[in-house]
Amino acid sequence: MAKGITAKLLRSSLYTLTNIRTKPSYKKEAAATEELSGYPRVININQPAVPDDTQQPPIFCTNYVSTTKYTLFNFLPIALFEQFNRVANFYFLVAAGLTFTDYAPFDWPSQVVPLALVVGFSLAKELYEDLQRHWQDMTANCQKAAVHVKNGGFETKQWREVCVGDIVKVKKDEFFPADLLLLQSSYEDGMSYVETMNLDGETNLKVKRALQNLSLPAAVDDDKASHFSDFLATIRCENPNSNLYTFTGNLEYNGHIYPLDPAQLLLRDSKLRNTEFVYGVVVFTGNDTKVMQNTTQSPSKRSEIELQMDKIIYLLFGLLIFISIVSASGFGLAVRNTIRSWWYLVPEIPGEDFDINNFVASGLRHLVTALMLYGYLVPISLYVSIEAVKILQARFINNDLHLYDEVTGVPANARTSNLNEQLGQVDTILSDKTGTLTCNQMDFLKCSIAGCPYGKRPSEVELAAAKQMAAQDESSDGSLSDSSSLEAITVTDDGNINKKASSIKGFSFQDDRLEHTNWLKEPNSDVILLFFRILAVCHSAIPEISEKTGELTYEAESPDEGAFLVAAREFGFQFIKRTQNSVVVKERLKKDQEPVEKEYSILTLLDFTSKRKRMSVILRDESGQLLMFCKGADTIIFDRLASNGKTYLEATTKNLNDYGEAGLRTLALAYKKLEEKEYSDWHEKFHNAQISSGSNREELLEELSDEMERGLTLVGATAVEDKLQNGVPECIDRLALAGLKIWVLTGDKMETAINIGFSCSLLRQGMKQLCIVVSAEMLAEAAKDVVKENILSQITTSMQSIQNKKEPHAAFALIIDGKTLTYALEDDMKFKFLNLAVNCASVICCRVSPKQKALVVRLVKEGTGRTTLGIGDGANDVGMIKEADIGIGISGVEGMQAVMASDFSIAQFRFLERLLIVHGHWCYKRISKMICYFFYKNITLALTLFYFEAETGFSGQMHYDDWYMLLYNVFLTSCPVLALGVLEKDICAEFCLQFPALYQQGPKNLFFDWYRIIGWLANGVYASFVIYLVNIRIFSPESFRKEGQTADMYVIGTAMFTSIIWVVNVQIFLVSHYLTSVQLHTIWGSIVVWYLIVYIYGLMPVQWSAGNIYQQLPEVLGPAYKFYLSTVFVTILCNLPYLIHISYQRCYNPEDHHVLQEMKNMKKDVTDRKMWKREQVKATQETEIGLSARVDARMRMKGKTTRKYSSLAYSSS
Amino acid sequence: MDASTRTKSRSKKPQYSRFTQQELPAWKPILTPKWIITSFVIIAILFTPTGLLCLWASERVVEIIDRYDDDCLPDSYSTDPDSFIQSNNTNKTCVRTLKVPRKMSAPIFIYYQLDNFYQNHRRYVKSRSDKQLRDPDEADETEDCKPINGNDDGPIVPCGLVAWSLFNDTYKFFKGNKAIDIDKKDIAWESDKKYKFGSNVYPKNFQKWELIGGGALDESKPLSEQEDLIVWMKTAALPTFRKLYGKINTDLEANETITVVIQNNYNTYVFGGEKKVALSTANWIGGKNDFFGISFLTIGGVCFFVAINFILLYVLKPRPLGDPSYLSWNRNQGAQ
Repeated sequence: MAKGITAKLLRSSLYTLTNIRTKPSYKKEAAATEELSGYPRVININQPAVPDDTQQPPIFCTNYVSTTKYTLFNFLPIALFEQFNRVANFYFLVAAGLTFTDYAPFDWPSQVVPLALVVGFSLAKELYEDLQRHWQDMTANCQKAAVHVKNGGFETKQWREVCVGDIVKVKKDEFFPADLLLLQSSYEDGMSYVETMNLDGETNLKVKRALQNLSLPAAVDDDKASHFSDFLATIRCENPNSNLYTFTGNLEYNGHIYPLDPAQLLLRDSKLRNTEFVYGVVVFTGNDTKVMQNTTQSPSKRSEIELQMDKIIYLLFGLLIFISIVSASGFGLAVRNTIRSWWYLVPEIPGEDFDINNFVASGLRHLVTALMLYGYLVPISLYVSIEAVKILQARFINNDLHLYDEVTGVPANARTSNLNEQLGQVDTILSDKTGTLTCNQMDFLKCSIAGCPYGKRPSEVELAAAKQMAAQDESSDGSLSDSSSLEAITVTDDGNINKKASSIKGFSFQDDRLEHTNWLKEPNSDVILLFFRILAVCHSAIPEISEKTGELTYEAESPDEGAFLVAAREFGFQFIKRTQNSVVVKERLKKDQEPVEKEYSILTLLDFTSKRKRMSVILRDESGQLLMFCKGADTIIFDRLASNGKTYLEATTKNLNDYGEAGLRTLALAYKKLEEKEYSDWHEKFHNAQISSGSNREELLEELSDEMERGLTLVGATAVEDKLQNGVPECIDRLALAGLKIWVLTGDKMETAINIGFSCSLLRQGMKQLCIVVSAEMLAEAAKDVVKENILSQITTSMQSIQNKKEPHAAFALIIDGKTLTYALEDDMKFKFLNLAVNCASVICCRVSPKQKALVVRLVKEGTGRTTLGIGDGANDVGMIKEADIGIGISGVEGMQAVMASDFSIAQFRFLERLLIVHGHWCYKRISKMICYFFYKNITLALTLFYFEAETGFSGQMHYDDWYMLLYNVFLTSCPVLALGVLEKDICAEFCLQFPALYQQGPKNLFFDWYRIIGWLANGVYASFVIYLVNIRIFSPESFRKEGQTADMYVIGTAMFTSIIWVVNVQIFLVSHYLTSVQLHTIWGSIVVWYLIVYIYGLMPVQWSAGNIYQQLPEVLGPAYKFYLSTVFVTILCNLPYLIHISYQRCYNPEDHHVLQEMKNMKKDVTDRKMWKREQVKATQETEIGLSARVDARMRMKGKTTRKYSSLAYSSS
Repeated sequence: MDASTRTKSRSKKPQYSRFTQQELPAWKPILTPKWIITSFVIIAILFTPTGLLCLWASERVVEIIDRYDDDCLPDSYSTDPDSFIQSNNTNKTCVRTLKVPRKMSAPIFIYYQLDNFYQNHRRYVKSRSDKQLRDPDEADETEDCKPINGNDDGPIVPCGLVAWSLFNDTYKFFKGNKAIDIDKKDIAWESDKKYKFGSNVYPKNFQKWELIGGGALDESKPLSEQEDLIVWMKTAALPTFRKLYGKINTDLEANETITVVIQNNYNTYVFGGEKKVALSTANWIGGKNDFFGISFLTIGGVCFFVAINFILLYVLKPRPLGDPSYLSWNRNQGAQ
């Protein structure tokens, strides 16, 4: 078994080397024919790799995919190169190389072993990660596919053996092995349904249609398809590209040319659903497939702390060089002046170490030795320890049950562990809207038919407003209000909210006038009927019968559409079946009567695109009447109304404005009657355009659609609510109170964005909205300079109004749209824009393109120098996520692309609060403490070497055994610091959440500023000095024990090293606040292990231990009381300044977490609830956004100055 | 299908454990004023008597140190000590008298102390062959001993600078006319004698190099019995060091006069080093060392002082534990 795997591995690597990453190369002759057809890629169906008489088929890449970073052969060179690209590692590599020369002050193992361990660990991690990827690839590559061989027979092959031009059969619920062109499906009309979850994360099914006029014999599922045995056709299509939603090309068969479009393309990694089987031709394989073209590696980002850490390392390198130069000069001077007379060294004979006739050369030689000797200043294991700690921290994030979404079953996932501590330093959050703040679930809430508004249920925005009002009333009475009483008020305000109605997903409509066929009694019932029909027919959704309940659900392309269909169903127009050419709707046209099935044959479907902002269907109803139903954005539809179709325009517009106020998304519905002739003329033109090839096809189609979609009659408008995700307003409130700034970047239109802004409390009444907009006319007509001038003046006036604000609590919100942003982001203006933006409480950018999102993030990141966090869920957020210091993907409905690009993924926006305020805070403190301590402990050790050097005439002699040095970083002191980095907690999670102001310790970088770093370095210098001086003075020169012997160099070395071990371990004990058994065991364990090592090492045969510490502990040091007394004394003396420092700080200058720790310890949170709550409210940053700010504003309006308990209703919930 | 998705979601749900949820029970010590004051007082209380004890122990040690390098140089050679010490014809015997200040009870340790002698120099420390010292078959292992590894007669045993520069002043002690026995046994570590210096390794070619370093060795005695060499070869950490020469196993009474007859052979004149002979008793703290006791006392005093300061601060300006007014948001408000 194992052998088999290895064999596979080897083979696959060979594959990798030869076939992967080579771009398909095309033969020249092929290129010539390409020119003619306009499409560069020529595929001959059914003749894979068989040379033709006239031309050889172009060589395409195989279907083997590899996502690995390395191959078997380049793993070592590349991975090692990456390792030694780090300056510290490179230094240690050179040092390790030099240990084999006479320059080295110690034997080779003391440098080589730690380096090998450290680099080995990193390599193992890389290898493990790459193997995981490789195994994933292998399982994909070895999946089975049925490939047509000859005479209609199919053979099972592995995916990687599939070639371009093969005909492949895919059965229900199987994945497509490559990008296929759909030829035939089990359905007669060639329809098939595809789930593209792996590609774009959308769970809804997509319809794919085979070419209709190909007239292939009917397909039977008997594993034989003889009609393919002589199916010879040629596909000419575009070259591989990453665009998932485009595909153009032609199929040449039997002398006919058929145009191809994305509807025929089945993409690799998507799945066949609801269709028994399909036949398809392989068009793109392996790395040419759309999904592979779309994979990007997440960029490697480094946290602020790590960047600062690099500076410390440079500082230490500076120190290293400095003391090395001091050593070298000292040595050089000794060689010149004094050594001459030291006869016991026989100085007149030049050795490898010095030559008394050339003191300069001796000094320079010694410089090399010294650089190696003091190398312990730079902790070799720092990177690897940090990496290990971060991996464990990331596991805590992944395993946090509070970040686990029960509904979707998705836990949080730290995809890169590099940035854990950066989470604790975020300053600005840039958020997407749809799918991030909102759940992209639409609830049909209201509608306007024939100008008459229906739907009584209030939207969340209206509800929130009501809550605010209630809160205001409550607090003005001075009584303590809570959410339940608020609920009661809103409920009574509303009258008859029926809880049961809300249980239908996507439908929250409530109006007796329309429900239960009551609409028949309405005055405009014919229009209402039309309205419902448009809802039920004009869409591209597919009905799906749930196997469990037998209920119909709809797989729609957009959630709006789903909501419409649910609404139509509830109104009695149930869409039940779709074929390629028709839609069947069960209509209940009379009360107490069985619904009748009606079939509408669909003649043409004009798709919805973001550019067109409308969709239409042309259909023939049962009476033979030709109709066009159209739905789309209100402005678009209003422009296209016939002069006699504007009956309800005015009333509808008024209703639409109301809906906009309430934060609802609106669409207008219209229809038009068509004459047979009119349609057939148009259709001919349209069909011709469809099959034409060339670049202007799209334009032509667009033009023809536009021509058709005119002269409409307005029916009404819908209003759906874009539901906010769970807990979003509360989360935003907490984040705002923690001092974070929140920007919303959305592709939605301004009105929607503002609506959501209101419902998230990013906007509120009384906030001055600074809208920076350039009118469409101006954009179209004016020159660029004029437009820019205009924007600049808007920015300046806005800025002035901020500067001239009169009342202290005036808040400003900046709203800017994408077109304006294009200008505002240009170099000469962007900083003015940024300056304005940072002075506003909230910033909303609407109608922004994915690229602009990334640009805005970059502007904030580079302009303010603060840490930015980008959060989003869709493919359009990928740029933003990659650009931000931290990218967070919501593993929600829209797909995996954002998640794949992100550094962390969470299931819901509300988890951001815990991720930042708890995990971020902890990780920040842990890592900063850990790094400071790391430097401290290495300075402590390395400087004792330096002092000793001065006593040896700077000759480079060490008083420690080589093995001590070797074990120090990788073993003796590594575990406690790892435990600190993983487990330390200053404040428990609840307190972090309750006192959001604590978060500011991170963004202000209070725990890793130079003051603190220098303090730690100084502490290390002090400790090293004390350790050296006291030990030397205690053990020398007189005898140190009763038996009269004196201490030799290695006895003093061991005693000193014992002191170091104690000092640094007691220090870490003092540093920790949260001492679990793990920390206690590692700390005391390290000390015990040290004694054991010295003991066991001393017992080892004398030839192994170089004799220096043979039997030292039991015979020499063990019986000496001075040994133990000196350890105790040095340990306490070294930690005394730190102890005095923290004692003083604790007593008279406590930090917030100190006070909170004490409160917790005294259980004040239980005993003094009143104070506890009061402090929680106060523990916030001043903010103008969020629910609390809203309440504040209201209170101020009422003349109250302080925030009272009322805000607790939100902040504690 | 629904069931399968449910199991799938269940498998993705993180397992609860106190470790993964970071809820491990922990000791969260808080430095309350009580703790602060107690800890400093405890350190003071522990250190002061320890310091006194050490001082007392150090005080009980009787030590006589006599520097003789200058005085043992005849006046005629005072400008050219090198020729005096390097000549074979000069009389290097030197007589010193020492007065015993207090009663010294046996065992009394005799040390020689050198100053400005860099036994810790890297060239010096490295220049030895432990293999050769252990094993007669490894006599050729003299690679590390440069420049003292061997000559035409074969390898030098023991080779290297350390052995070559063996200290060779000798001391004889007299009480009146009566010689005092010097016990030169067991001055080296037991493990060194047993394992590091072979009982079947004999000196060979020693001090027969072109340059004569320090003392010679008795070629009939195995290295394991050459305790002076063993002691010398434990290189000292500092340029000023003391090494055990021998022991006197009889008590010396107070005010007794001791005569020391020194053979002043070892050349420290050339590098300006000092030579001292020291007689010292030892107890649990070792030799005389006031530094240790004084340090303990000082730090004890400092801790006591710190404790008093904290007590005073605590009395004068107490900060109640968990007082919310010390929270940053409250302090900032106060500032405004």
